Amino acid sequence: MSATKELLFKMADDALIIGHRNSEWTGIGPVLEEDLAFSSMAQDKIGHASALYNLLHEHFGEADADSLGFKRTEKDFKCCHLVELPIGEYDFSLVRHFLFDHAELLRYEMLVNSSFAPLASLAKKVKGEIKYHVMHADTWIRQLANGNEESKARVQSSLNYTWPFALGIFETTSNEDALINEKVFEGEAALKKMWLERISSIISSAGLTVPSVADESVAYGGRKGFHTEYLQPMLAEMTEVTSIDTEAEW
Amino acid sequence: MTSEEKILELLQEVKDPEIPVLSVVDMGIISGIQTSDSATEIKMTPTFVGCPAIDMMKNQISEKLIQNGYENVTVLVDFETQWTSDKMSAEAKLKLEKFGIAPPTEINGEISEEMLNRARCPHCGSTDTTLRSPFGSTLCRAIRFCFSCKQGFEQFKPI
Repeated sequence: MSATKELLFKMADDALIIGHRNSEWTGIGPVLEEDLAFSSMAQDKIGHASALYNLLHEHFGEADADSLGFKRTEKDFKCCHLVELPIGEYDFSLVRHFLFDHAELLRYEMLVNSSFAPLASLAKKVKGEIKYHVMHADTWIRQLANGNEESKARVQSSLNYTWPFALGIFETTSNEDALINEKVFEGEAALKKMWLERISSIISSAGLTVPSVADESVAYGGRKGFHTEYLQPMLAEMTEVTSIDTEAEW
Repeated sequence: MTSEEKILELLQEVKDPEIPVLSVVDMGIISGIQTSDSATEIKMTPTFVGCPAIDMMKNQISEKLIQNGYENVTVLVDFETQWTSDKMSAEAKLKLEKFGIAPPTEINGEISEEMLNRARCPHCGSTDTTLRSPFGSTLCRAIRFCFSCKQGFEQFKPI
């Protein structure tokens, strides 16, 4: 698989899967505004996934967006483990959203300079939208870290739990050098460095502790098609209706 | 009137389904018009990538032109030109405010929380307002609260 194509697949798959997970808060958010926030972010993410799948369709001869999103097998997905995890308690979903969206924002900011022009154009658009996701996450992280003993403890404990999964976002494959050399993307290592700086300063200023884990605990594998036990059941659920009649016209 | 102006006039009748007082032209989402005797191509650039109204607007634009005798109409959605809320005309912003939605504040450089906070309440005109949530009833709106008239209101997000 070409380097650019693989990058598009991992970004699109991350967006689709986190989008679906976010949508699981629709109707059960802890307060109305959060219900709306997670539902809106879900809609944005699935829109981003669809735009990225369209690039694969138009420039790389892949199937259309619906087929790429709904008709591939688990093994074909290139998403990281972080996005696959069930929504859990609200503190986990919030912390995941905080860690993931900061990486997304930085990634799209870097991609504005991509040598693959259609991706650079899309990145200019998407980064403005993700900014609102990040603004939302930061507000709540600060608020809960400065709430009471329980809210602070829950955010910290979710940070500790989520950290090794978040580091899995930056897993590289054998295509990494090609991506960098062809100036499609500055690379996961550069992104991770910027992300760590950005995230650490917010976490520390909120009075929380930046977790640290050994490299062997990081959740790698997703970018190579090895997934958690949660992805397959989610894909089955996501495609439940289309699978009843695969030839149906929508 | 040039052929492009004629088309823009027709498209004034195609409204944004989420904000029925504004047309696709007011919104500034028409990014290209090419027309000849035999074919017409319209380019549009969505406000938000995942906007669910895109297909509906696309179909309405196409229908409107076909009804008015244009042939071989195609409507393309692309991101070559990126929509920003600064593309919305001054008149459109006024219509939006009258409709009860605070218009997007002008973007100078990058989107910031400070910029969001310059919104004026569409009910009483006070600027003593605060952000309740950057997400509202549609992707393009945020929820705000006015301390002066004690009412909630929506703002079209600067983007």
